Amino acid sequence: MIAAPSTIPAGGAITTQLLEISIGPQHPSTHGVFRMDVVLDGEVVRALKPVVGYLHRNHEQLAEKMSWLGSMPYTDRLDYFNSMSNNWAYALAVEKLAGIKVPERAEYIRVIMAELSRLQNHASAIGFLLQDCGAWGTPLLYAFKEREKILDFFETVSGSRMMCNYFRFGGVRVDLNDEMLAMARKIVAEFPKFLDEFEKLMTTNEVVLARCQRVGILPKELAIAGSISGPVARASGVEYDIRKVDKYGVYGQLEFGVPVGAVGDVYDRYYIRVLEMRESVKILQQVLRDIPAGPVQAVEVKLRGFKIPAGDGYGRVEGAKGELGFYLVSEGGPKPYRYHIRPPSFINLTVLEDMCVGHKVADAIIILGSIDIVLGEVDR
Amino acid sequence: MNYPGKGLVEGLAVTARNFVGSYFYKDRLTTVQYPEERIQTPENSRTFPFLVFDESPDKPRCTACKICEVECPPKCIYIVMDRDDKGKPLQRPKAFDIDISVCMQCQICVEVCPFESIKMDNDYEKSKYGRFNDLVQRLPDLLKSNDYYRQIKPVKAAEVDAKLKAEAEAKAAKKAAAVAAAAAKAAATPPAGSAT
Repeated sequence: MIAAPSTIPAGGAITTQLLEISIGPQHPSTHGVFRMDVVLDGEVVRALKPVVGYLHRNHEQLAEKMSWLGSMPYTDRLDYFNSMSNNWAYALAVEKLAGIKVPERAEYIRVIMAELSRLQNHASAIGFLLQDCGAWGTPLLYAFKEREKILDFFETVSGSRMMCNYFRFGGVRVDLNDEMLAMARKIVAEFPKFLDEFEKLMTTNEVVLARCQRVGILPKELAIAGSISGPVARASGVEYDIRKVDKYGVYGQLEFGVPVGAVGDVYDRYYIRVLEMRESVKILQQVLRDIPAGPVQAVEVKLRGFKIPAGDGYGRVEGAKGELGFYLVSEGGPKPYRYHIRPPSFINLTVLEDMCVGHKVADAIIILGSIDIVLGEVDR
Repeated sequence: MNYPGKGLVEGLAVTARNFVGSYFYKDRLTTVQYPEERIQTPENSRTFPFLVFDESPDKPRCTACKICEVECPPKCIYIVMDRDDKGKPLQRPKAFDIDISVCMQCQICVEVCPFESIKMDNDYEKSKYGRFNDLVQRLPDLLKSNDYYRQIKPVKAAEVDAKLKAEAEAKAAKKAAAVAAAAAKAAATPPAGSAT
């Protein structure tokens, strides 16, 4: 729709018209094939409608036609930054349903993998957020430099940098040897240095403060009502972390804090991720210190012809973007009867309009960036 | 000390340090000049599957049991078993196609194979000009020798070789035992017809 040329009446007041434009789906600032229908009054957003579905791959239906194990590599492709925690959520749901006990060493390895993927996800998320602010390239590449080391570690262990397909029901696929553990320890030891450097670049930068503070405020009540999870909810002051609530894996034995923001603006969502990375480093130091010896795979789990008793189960983890849950229904056969995913990015997107209305278009871009969505997960 | 623009100046100092440092320190310079320089891929790294043969390409380890075809999540494997003139199965593939435009490199075929016959390659330079037929890997493209496997994955190949050797020895021992048992049985029971 094209606005008619505004006319300037004799009194001096300009009559303007609302303008509806479409941002995306092929726009670099939308982080993938995501479209926003924006209604603008001049430069100010009056309404915003997220349009999803451009990357729909029929994941849930496909999984219902496939063996239980066959869906595991597809979960890598949900949120392709965090394939390890996606694997974990699915494995957790299946293990709950089938009543499989995971060996302790495997639990520790799972924590190592999930926390490392949180580190690299948050590092690139804040890099991308600042790229959206207009810090073109530099902070993102510093973040990617650090992410590269973690991806190299994933490749050494699982064989693939991003599509790891590393978890198995009742354990993990490959044991960590001493070289791999030394590599992980080196990454963890060097990571705080990167964080200090990155914070110097960004946390007190006047331009970042001007762009991000008091922009896109998400009130605590709305965050709870919209079932927002992850760093977005915690930045708004909701103290909710599934690692603390469910204590899955060995998180119950580990000491770490849950940082909570006060205002809930873009800056808080940026800074909460920095703080979470510091907590993740703490977790990793404990886990790498305490990792026990032993098997990494429960022996009773077969690779082929794996069947699960009838019933339903919901497994959830605190992914880097929020609560990632898998709801599975089994009829006792080799395939799931129902396979449903609760993707954090998708649910967190639902409050985008509430955060954006009243701000400028350029702010809508950084608000979207601060939610940290991945379209593979939004559309499934 | 606090002064206006402190954050900006500090940020610029970080960028400058990284820029200048990239000329002097290896860890600040993270890129390599591909294809002149290459990064050595780790042993576990995987791209697409290939089939292992021991002595000659006519005798692959694959017995065309089709387990990988069934278990492959995106169904990119197509196998036809070879048969002789009478229609008796020959326990080897006549056709073995992998469509690498469909394959998602998940390694499930490798894990389910009972004969250690399908393995993951680490060759990542597989770009082709065509979109359809060029990306389908036929049996001759897929067959690679065990020596090649030993070369790309020394540790894993040694494990597999040891396992196969142990299995072959156990099989031979079992066969020898069965032969000995049959001979003993033949010696113990009088031959049929001798009673009359």
